[in-house]
Amino acid sequence: MPATDKTNHRKGQPVTDTTNPIRGIEWAGEDHRVAVVEAQGDIDLRRSSRFQEELLALPDEHPREIVLDLSNVPYMDSSGVASLVKLLARLRRDKVPLKLTGLRPRVRSVFEITRLDTIFDIRATVKEALES
Amino acid sequence: MASGQEHPVVRVMNLSKSFEDKSVLRDVSLEILPAETMVIMGGSGCGKSTLLRHMIGSLYPDSGHVELLGQNINDLAEEQLNELRLKFGILFQSGALFNSMTVGENVALPLREHTDLDEQTIQIMVKIKLEQVGLRESIDVMPAELSGGMKKRAGLARAIALDPEIMFYDEPSAGLDPVTTAEIDQLITDLAKKLGVTTVVVTHEMASAFRIADRMAILDQGHLVKVAPKAEFEALRSSAATGDQAMDTIRQFLRGESQGPLTARRSSTGYEDDILSVV
Repeated sequence: MPATDKTNHRKGQPVTDTTNPIRGIEWAGEDHRVAVVEAQGDIDLRRSSRFQEELLALPDEHPREIVLDLSNVPYMDSSGVASLVKLLARLRRDKVPLKLTGLRPRVRSVFEITRLDTIFDIRATVKEALES
Repeated sequence: MASGQEHPVVRVMNLSKSFEDKSVLRDVSLEILPAETMVIMGGSGCGKSTLLRHMIGSLYPDSGHVELLGQNINDLAEEQLNELRLKFGILFQSGALFNSMTVGENVALPLREHTDLDEQTIQIMVKIKLEQVGLRESIDVMPAELSGGMKKRAGLARAIALDPEIMFYDEPSAGLDPVTTAEIDQLITDLAKKLGVTTVVVTHEMASAFRIADRMAILDQGHLVKVAPKAEFEALRSSAATGDQAMDTIRQFLRGESQGPLTARRSSTGYEDDILSVV
């Protein structure tokens, strides 16, 4: 039997992908307070709840900046994007910058078509984000 | 862009349909590939809306079948069909908004009905979808206060609420002025090209069809008479009449001319017998 996951968002749909949408967090910067967060896999209705849950726990770690690496995210739907909007709103209140990096063309298109590319700070690579 | 190696997202196989004794679709077969935009054209009553209704599972054929995302919809129980319906969106001619709800509530409806997303996330998604169609500032407006074009855009925002893999459009530019039509066409194209949404458009608006299509299909009297890349139809439209009845019929339709095989057919069907039978 495939594993099911209570974080599924589409009512009545079993979920087989139980991989954590956050692969890992590294702390960078001289003070080790820049959280470099690596996401993985499709972020869609099936996984955006878990994604959101993990992301919204990040501010509790008191980072001075968050860099979210999306280079291993082939697809993100609008529930995934909405999760990022929630994170951004929370971080703006705390005056913590959020940078998105490594957007694949399909994910970038989602940001462009929803005009969120004008709201998020989007950088090509983690290296560029850390140096900016 | 379409290529011959991909599995079709929509496959219509030998589909026939009659209403009482009138044959509306006759042995129609058509394949629509991932991320392509197929425009189905034809005059009024040619069967194109009936074909669309078969594709979305609201009509069942007398013979033949339709496959969506590899599933034969004839074989699906209602519950399975409803599950499949979550993967496609439909923009109806009217926009099909609920008049008792605001624009924002209309867009939120499929998210509330079919997902367990929290209210904040739903509100963000509604704003994203409305921004996408240029209607964010009308979130609290009632549908009755919207123009025809705005209703259509609001209907589109609702149709894409669940990020569908396939979008079906039934006469998306009917009743709209040319500028609003061009705006709707741009939205259709953006969804198809930027997000890779497989797109099926039924229309008789030639300017729209040529703007948005990758491939086109022409229905005439229930028959699918030509399916080809847009460029072939462009060439046919600008060519001279050849005497080939089938090609000249399509050519007349593409050019919107009053003289040709299409109109000759209409004016020559039993007029003499009909008028003399009165006495």
